[in-house]
Amino acid sequence: MTVLAQFATLTMKDLRLELRRKESFVTVAFFAILILMTFTFALGPTVTRLEELAPGLIWIAFVFTGVLTVGNAFHVEEVNATLEGLLLAPVDRGVLYLSKAAGNALLILAVHIVLVPLFFILFNVDRWAVLPSLGVVLVLATIGFAAVGTLLAAVTHTARAREVLVPLLLLPLAVPLILGAVRSTEVLFLGASLAEAARWVKLMVAFDALFLAGGYLAFDYVVEL
Amino acid sequence: MMSLDRPIFGFRRSMVTRLFGLLTTGGLAAGLVTGLLIVPPDAIQGEVQRIMYLHVPMAWNAYLSFAVVCACSVVYLIRRDLAWDRRAAASAEIGVMFTALTIAAGSIWGRPTWGTWWTWDARLTTTAILLFIYIGYLVVRQVVEEPEKRARLAAVIGIIGFLDVPLIRLSVQWWRTLHQQPTVFRVGGMMIDRFMLFTLLLNLIAFGCLYLYLMLKRTELEMVREILVAEQVRRIAHDE
Repeated sequence: MTVLAQFATLTMKDLRLELRRKESFVTVAFFAILILMTFTFALGPTVTRLEELAPGLIWIAFVFTGVLTVGNAFHVEEVNATLEGLLLAPVDRGVLYLSKAAGNALLILAVHIVLVPLFFILFNVDRWAVLPSLGVVLVLATIGFAAVGTLLAAVTHTARAREVLVPLLLLPLAVPLILGAVRSTEVLFLGASLAEAARWVKLMVAFDALFLAGGYLAFDYVVEL
Repeated sequence: MMSLDRPIFGFRRSMVTRLFGLLTTGGLAAGLVTGLLIVPPDAIQGEVQRIMYLHVPMAWNAYLSFAVVCACSVVYLIRRDLAWDRRAAASAEIGVMFTALTIAAGSIWGRPTWGTWWTWDARLTTTAILLFIYIGYLVVRQVVEEPEKRARLAAVIGIIGFLDVPLIRLSVQWWRTLHQQPTVFRVGGMMIDRFMLFTLLLNLIAFGCLYLYLMLKRTELEMVREILVAEQVRRIAHDE
């Protein structure tokens, strides 16, 4: 099997599981909606200065849902000790990491395809024109977040207190990514094009590349039997 | 069985430790007396500027510690010798301590100088994030029991954490410069007085010795602990 075929097979396996059970998507999506409700309670029903707050709120919701999603990546493999099976299979372990990261990224994206428009509707943000550019930022942020998150989920999945451990490690490491995402979104909300936020976009691309490569190389050490 | 008194560059370990202990004591005494009592205070900032003689060496030690964590982690993953894991762990603990002390001393200096304990300045923010990354590193070491596995996982965190530092620094810097220019910061490019520079260097060397001394002591402590655990295991096995 070529590397690409391995990647496709492994990713499809996780996607098929998720499509059958819809467990992660449904729980995370509902959690995301609850976060939006909490925003309303915290800020009051009639929000002023929303244009200023919206970029921050979107990415706070992103961090919450993202942390919840990546933490689960290796739980599914635990019930029947299937991770050992995967590790024994003749596939490159780096590819296994990439497929897990891809699965996480797709899940986070799927949730946000629902969440972001819902946010716009619930908070009366009349900025539908920014959606395509915001989508680009979202994809870049999701890749980076899934890249670090998946590696950390692998590091912590056998440890005690793993639920707290992932956010504890992930949030400080993801600072450049979150800053990049928030600043780019702010630029978009000010009515400028994404080109105005070029250096933040480049920073996010650099982050994604660094952690995809780092995760690919480090995963072998993390899951060693 | 590991030896507690393995030679370091041909010298007995206990001798090297003692040497650095003496150097640290003498250096810190000389550095603190010079810095806090003898050297004249800063013309503009006054007495509070003397904190610099502690603050700067502690900050350097903090960054040095984390670079050592990264280097030892790489060596561990290549050689799989737990001695390198002990060094990485010791350095991380020392680094977290010095980072916390750097922030504390900086706050005490910042209150009278900038008029605030804390500000989201690029350097302060980066240091705070570093503190959290390496607290995370130490927490991972706490929750994984098996020594080899703990060493492996910690090494991965130690390496990616350090690789992230340039990106964090850059992003935080852009974030602040985009938002607002620092208002109460010191004048850039100010010439430092010769005597002040000497005092600072003296303290840097003393704190460097302190770092090495703490490293030697902390790794020694860990070796003693491991020997005791091995002995305990041996006894339990013997009783049964």
